[in-house]
Order: sequence, then structure tokens, then C-alpha cells
Amino acid sequence: MKDLEQILQSHAFLGGCEPEYVQLLVGCARNLRFDAGEYLLREGAAADEFYLIRHGKVALEINVPGKAPIVFSTLGEGEIVGASWLVPPYRWTFDARAVELTRAIGIDAACLRRKCDADSGFGYAMMKRFVPILSQRLHATRLQLLDVYGKP
Amino acid sequence: MTVAVADPMLPQRYRVTHAQRLLDDTVSLRLTPQDGELPSWQPGQFNMLYAFGVGESAISISGADDNGFEHTVRAVGAVSRAIAALQVGDSIGLRGPFGSAWPVTAAEGADVVFVAGGLGLAPLRPAIEAVLQQRERYGRVVLRVGARRPQDLLFPEALERWRLARDVDIDVSVDHADTQWRGHVGVVTTLIAGARFDPHESIAMVCGPDVMMRFCARSLHDEGVADDRIYLSMERNMKCAIGLCGHCQFGPSFICKDGPVMRYDTIADRLNVREL
Ligand SMILES: Cc1cc2nc3c(=O)[nH]c(=O)nc-3n(C[C@H](O)[C@H](O)[C@H](O)COP(=O)(O)OP(=O)(O)OC[C@H]3O[C@@H](n4cnc5c(N)ncnc54)[C@H](O)[C@@H]3O)c2cc1C
Ligand code: FES
Repeated sequence: MKDLEQILQSHAFLGGCEPEYVQLLVGCARNLRFDAGEYLLREGAAADEFYLIRHGKVALEINVPGKAPIVFSTLGEGEIVGASWLVPPYRWTFDARAVELTRAIGIDAACLRRKCDADSGFGYAMMKRFVPILSQRLHATRLQLLDVYGKP
Repeated sequence: MTVAVADPMLPQRYRVTHAQRLLDDTVSLRLTPQDGELPSWQPGQFNMLYAFGVGESAISISGADDNGFEHTVRAVGAVSRAIAALQVGDSIGLRGPFGSAWPVTAAEGADVVFVAGGLGLAPLRPAIEAVLQQRERYGRVVLRVGARRPQDLLFPEALERWRLARDVDIDVSVDHADTQWRGHVGVVTTLIAGARFDPHESIAMVCGPDVMMRFCARSLHDEGVADDRIYLSMERNMKCAIGLCGHCQFGPSFICKDGPVMRYDTIADRLNVREL
């Protein structure tokens, strides 16, 4: 069986990462499994753990009172779920639900923040991995907002 | 002996022999010539359809059989509304086919990546069918489809048939969905990165709204597909469709005769120019 370090090392988010940084991350990580329909996180709750998806599919949803929730994005293998743990007040701004059986690595956010603060090289390496993802997501959201397939 | 050459400005009479509503505002029509044979055509080309008394519109060929052309029309204005309202037995004028074709033959031996957005699946459909009919001549075949919502997906039966076909990697993404939808949600560009194809040995064919094609072309480029192996189908207002009136001018090109299917490297710098 692969140990956590191997699993983390092979995750797309950490591709090419220095082994000592992966070791630092292992101390904040745990292996998780979510059945279809199970929630990984809920809007408004403390953003104390985020997830690296190993396989499966996760839907990000917004709850609309009196209506069915709206799915605004789905994430799969190699992607990360959750960014609100990076910015105070560390609260989730959406729900994340496993659409199918999903295996993920949970990263304890407080633990990671502490290690980033203590070792700025590690912190910078982590940010360099997060920022492009956030930028890609912002870009994709902008495209979605354009509603390109809507009525001309 | 003098051979009469059909006047490309003169519409021929066709009859609607099949009509199917696909979405609230979109129909597919089969148009059968009232006299003579169906002209030869290639995937990617378009016809000028003339709703008598209303006007003409450029509409891509979304399929054809011995009985006629299939056209998929979205009602957005006076002409397309009139065409979309036609019933079986009604007459319509048709000029064409016009324009350039998808590089179906040139792609033999390569991996083929199709990316369709919204109504863009209609002009791509004949190219997809042509590739699948000769499946053994191509490497990997990837189809990525984007739509607004799950219920706006065009040709779900064809998608299912292709999915069951040998060796076709199909993925669909919608911009919004409710929790019943088990597929992807997000822009279609996000499905390009995860697709398995050899970027250096691929030909990509992209069809959809301008903005979507622009960003898909960039994603394909970022994946390593050379710009001269990416093809887009451009749309501009048309009048003559034979390169005379200048209505469809796109920089130095006329979409009606140099396009609609154009190579990305020849147009990339113009895709961002607002006035074009
Ligand atoms: C090569 C080519 C192939 C085409 N293939 C198809 C097809 O297979 N099916 C189909 O339904 N349409 C297709 N179109 C678009 C179609 O020609 C136009 O939608 C139609 O001519 C609009 O005419 P109208 O009088 O109905 O609407 P108009 O009154 O002229 O326009 C109504 C609204 O639609 C917008 N509009 C017009 N043309 C377009 C366009 N090309 N793209 C986006 N918005 C537009 C206008 O800006 C306006 O807001 C194609 C166009 C080209 C150039
Ligand atoms: S439509 Fe007249 S030049 Fe193209």
C-alpha cells in the first residue's frame, strides 16, 4: 500500500515539489474517502481542512433558498477543493459534495498555515502552487459569467 | 456544347421533408431538392437558406443523406425565426454549398480533437461522423462539448451513439446545472487539459461562439498543439456568400470563401481585434 508521502508526491498539485516540502505537508495530511452524496464541506463552516482529490468527482454548489442547489463547478482527479482556508475569516463560501465515490487527501489548514508562517520558503512554494490554480479558476468563472451560449 | 452553370446567386427550390424541434429555439430541418440532385458538399460548408419574403441566412450543413441536407437552426432574428418555423411540406430557397471544409482527410494518421460549444456541435457533426466512419484511419479521437445547461445539449442521441462507438473519448461540460446532473460543470476549456491526445500529432477542430473558440484555441496551444493544426469555424454576417460584396470581411479575408473553417495561425492576431 502506498504511504501518504508517496500519494502526496504523485498528486498533480505537488508535481515536482521538493521532497522536504512534501514531508512537511505529510504532517498535516490524512487519507479520506467520501461516498457519493456525502459533503466534504459546507458553506459557512470553518475552513479548517481542504482536499486534494485523488480520484472521483466533487460538485461545488450554492444553496438557493426555496430552490434546488446550483452546481457551478465540478472538480476531479488531481484538483484541489477549497481555498477559503487561505484567507481570514477562514469560512467556506460554498458546499462541496462528492458526486461519486471520491478519495482525497485532507490537509489540516491550521497546521499548514503554521508551517507556512514558520518556513517562508515552504510558504512561498505552496503559494506558487495555489495562485495559478486560483487565477485559472477566476478566469474560468469569468468565461462562465459571459454566458457565451445564451441568446445573442 | 454549352453547359449551363448554375448561377450561385440564384436560390434553388427545396422542400422541408423532415422537421424536428431540438430545443426551445432550435430545430433541425431536412431539405430536399424539388428538382435535380443534391449538390456535392463537404463537412464544414454552409448553405444560404432563403425564407421566401423574409431574407437569407448562412446556415452550416449539419448532416446529409441521399434525400437532402440537414440544417440545424437557432431562431435569433427575423430570418432564422422564419426558417425555424417552417413545417414539413413548406418550400425554401437554397444556394450552396459554399466555403471551406474541416480537414477530415488531412487529419488521417493524426489524433483528432473536436471541441464544440452550444450550436457549434451542428457544423462539427458531419466531420465527427466522417472520422468515425473511417475510425481506423485516425489515432485517438477526443470530443469535448460545452453547453449552457444539461437540457441545452444538442444531439444527445448522437452523443450516446458516439460514446458507444469504438475508442472515442467524449466529455461534456455545462456552465450551470442542478444536482441531478452527474457530468462536469465549468467551461469547456477546462476539459481540454485532462484529455489524452498527443499534442504534437493532433489536429483540432473547434466550433462555437467566438469567445469560446478563442479560449479553446489558447488552451489547445497551451497543451502544445501547433497553431497551424487548430481549425476554427468563423461566423460573420453574410450576403452574397461568393466573395463579392465584402459583408463578411475579416481583415484581409472573406469568411464566405476563405472560411468559414480557418486555420488558427492565419487568424489568431485578428480574433482579438474588436472592430472585426
Ligand atoms: C458560415 C456561417 C454558418 C452559420 N451556421 C449556422 C447554423 O448552422 N445554425 C444557425 O442557427 N445559425 C448559423 N449561422 C448564424 C446565422 O447565419 C445567423 O444567426 C442568422 O443569419 C441571423 O439572421 P436573423 O435575421 O435571424 O437575425 P438578425 O436579426 O440578423 O440577428 C439577430 C440577433 O442575432 C445576432 N446574430 C446574428 N448573426 C449571428 C451569428 N452568426 N452569431 C451570433 N449572433 C448572431 C445579432 O447580432 C442579433 O443580436 C451561421 C453563420 C455563418 C456566417
Ligand atoms: S458574403 Fe459577400 S463577400 Fe462574403
